[in-house]
Amino acid sequence: MKSFHLALAFVSLAPMAMAQTPVLTVLTYDSFAADWGPGPAIAKGFEQTCACKVAYVTAGDGAAVLSRLQMEGAGSTADIVLGLDTTLTESARATGLFAPLAAQAPNDLPVPYTDATFEPFDWGWFAFVYDNTKLTTPPKSIKDLAASNLKIVIEDPRSSTPGLGLVMWVKAAYGDQSAQIWKDLADNIVTVTPSWDAAYGLFLKGEADMVLSYTTSPAYHLIAEKDATKSAAAFDEGHYMQIEVAGKLASSKQQALADQFLAYLASDAAQSVIPTTNWMYPAKTPVAGLPDGFETLIKPAKSLLLSSVKAEAGRKAAVEEWQTELSK
Amino acid sequence: MANRTVQIRAWALSGGIAALVLGTALALAVQAKGVGLHPADWAALRFTLMQSALSTLLSCLLAMPVARALARCTFWGRRALIVLMGAPFLLPVIVAVLGLLSLYGRNGLLNQMFQALGLPTVTIYGLHGVVLAHVFFNLPLATRMLLNGWHAIPAERFRLAQTLGLPSTFRHIELPMLAAVLPGVGLSIFLVCLTSFVVALTLGGGPAATTLELAIYQALRFDFDPGHAALLAGVQFAVCAVAVSLAARFTTVEGLGLGLDRAPVGQKAHWVDVPVLALAALFLILPLVAVVADGLPALLHLPALVWQAALRSAVMALVAAGLSVTAALILVQAKVAGAPLVEGAAMLPLATSGLVLGTGLFVLSRAFVSPEALALPVTVLVNALMALPFVFRLLLPQVRDLHRNYDRLAQTLGLSGGARLRWLTLPRLARPLGLGAGLAAALSMGDLGVVALFAGQDQATLPLVVQRLSGAYRMDQAAAAALVLVMASFALFALCDIGGRRAAP
Repeated sequence: MKSFHLALAFVSLAPMAMAQTPVLTVLTYDSFAADWGPGPAIAKGFEQTCACKVAYVTAGDGAAVLSRLQMEGAGSTADIVLGLDTTLTESARATGLFAPLAAQAPNDLPVPYTDATFEPFDWGWFAFVYDNTKLTTPPKSIKDLAASNLKIVIEDPRSSTPGLGLVMWVKAAYGDQSAQIWKDLADNIVTVTPSWDAAYGLFLKGEADMVLSYTTSPAYHLIAEKDATKSAAAFDEGHYMQIEVAGKLASSKQQALADQFLAYLASDAAQSVIPTTNWMYPAKTPVAGLPDGFETLIKPAKSLLLSSVKAEAGRKAAVEEWQTELSK
Repeated sequence: MANRTVQIRAWALSGGIAALVLGTALALAVQAKGVGLHPADWAALRFTLMQSALSTLLSCLLAMPVARALARCTFWGRRALIVLMGAPFLLPVIVAVLGLLSLYGRNGLLNQMFQALGLPTVTIYGLHGVVLAHVFFNLPLATRMLLNGWHAIPAERFRLAQTLGLPSTFRHIELPMLAAVLPGVGLSIFLVCLTSFVVALTLGGGPAATTLELAIYQALRFDFDPGHAALLAGVQFAVCAVAVSLAARFTTVEGLGLGLDRAPVGQKAHWVDVPVLALAALFLILPLVAVVADGLPALLHLPALVWQAALRSAVMALVAAGLSVTAALILVQAKVAGAPLVEGAAMLPLATSGLVLGTGLFVLSRAFVSPEALALPVTVLVNALMALPFVFRLLLPQVRDLHRNYDRLAQTLGLSGGARLRWLTLPRLARPLGLGAGLAAALSMGDLGVVALFAGQDQATLPLVVQRLSGAYRMDQAAAAALVLVMASFALFALCDIGGRRAAP
């Protein structure tokens, strides 16, 4: 009897389930899903191919995305997690919540990058951005900067991913001498902010000569504001990279749809949206090339990147070193 | 009978608050991997205590002459000045910091003046900058609370003092009032500063200016160690408990009898009042002018979603204010009627870290419903909770007076329940209730708080929109949206505050 009732229930529910459009839930950071971010265009483009709806669930930044995922665990409602960077991917992998990628999309990253679990969708080089009308001879290296009287604003590695990126940058460039670099940089640092936007806001207000941001930051001012006064300084040591990735959760009940989304994310249509919405380089250069204005940006000759395993292993000690040296 | 209902309601409410505040911390504590504070945590505790104590001391010291001057001076625009001077407390933190930097920053007005005069420039970054910002935030709060104290002194006392020829009205009339009000003021400010982190880090100049709240943030974000976050939250609770009991110990209850609501007389303005008020107004209002100037250019080019978010935030703020004032009134009445522990429950939300509260609620609630479904109600609830300590503090001295002076009369008349609320409590408390509601509404309006943890795409509050705009290089629009936020907070505040004063006898 019971099974008969159950069968009846299934029969009556089945047409409803079929009529309902599947919803793909993407957990990402705020500025990706914002109206002016890449999220809306990518969702719209994907929805035209998938007969589904895309819903974004957001957290403040990449680190907040991971922390939210860790809170949700296997019960997460998300199908896709998008917006972690390579300093976070090892912690993310360690949660065991991710499923391997169905396919490896080709990418044009300046360093070889493949990962069985995470698909890169954009990347950028960290850089110090300055006002070229006020600063005519920018420093040529981190050491140069440390020896100068220039004032900089940086982000706190304990609360901001760019802040952590700078700590990794100094580590990747100077290894065991990193403590000395921080010691020398200490008198250049006006202040440390909890987040990127606070640091950038302080810089735009004239509180510092340079701010830790990305080589692509001047493109925003040039393209969106027709303002060519911002430049990024090219450093001899090379520039540390931030690679942003997306992955699929093993708990997702829509594995095929999730795969489809990741394939779309790597497609030319989605990648063309990235440069002028996320102000980063797309993982795969669009067929039509990068938007006008991007050719004016500096192209670091050397890219620095610690492997995600090394970054995770060294993160704690590197942040403690940063804290110790700058607290003196 | 009526008294018992009041007590039961207050107990239930206190229990609810304690469950919410402590339960969320506990939800994280159960995930603890190990117990023990790191050396960096001790450093954070030391810095937190030092900056909170200094900020409290300075805010209180400065608030006394300002409130006194406001109490005894009458001039055109006095009310407007009082309302305007309350504004800094309502500013979103990062907006206020940028406003302060327009004046005291490296490129600020002050340094530009120094440079023009050939003087060496000064830096705001460091402990002094943190304290300066905290005084900027809290001086208005302290001034308002003290001013209410001065207003509550019946004019008859000053007359009596004159008649008796007392040599110092300060010593015999004002000092007892200060002794009754100041500990509560100091406590509120101390607890506000205790959980500061954006101000402390941004103006502190580096990681030496790390507060406990930042350590909590780090524990939750990058280390994903909820247990450690809960432990740090526990330390914050302990500091709060010590502060609450110290304040309670030093609070004296004054009692010189009631008056007939005559206009204050006998307190003549002193020449000192003019420079005191001028300096305070400059200190508090100039950064606001900078905020307005920064926001104006892009004000007309804001995307529609800013206005939608503003409306959403305003409605939420009013609901939160209603909840907060109701809860505070219930708790204060019980406290005055002698219920123990109620005060602790009312102050508890100040000690909690917003991040711990939000994360704990997230962990607890997501077993039942999706976080997005709860985003707005939870934000309202948390905002009401966060404003409760201030509203409680504002009401406490006046409810105490009301109880002492009118309780017997009300009992004699058989005035109880709804009638007592309608004819005695609400009219007598209209002033602090209005101020409290305004404060709660404005604080809720400006609070980024937990909504960032819960909100889905289409549920953004105005502070969240400000953050999203500035996170996408749109600093001009962010500044304009922040201006909208400030104006809306201010309008809500002024609406309630002025409404309360109109309703007062």
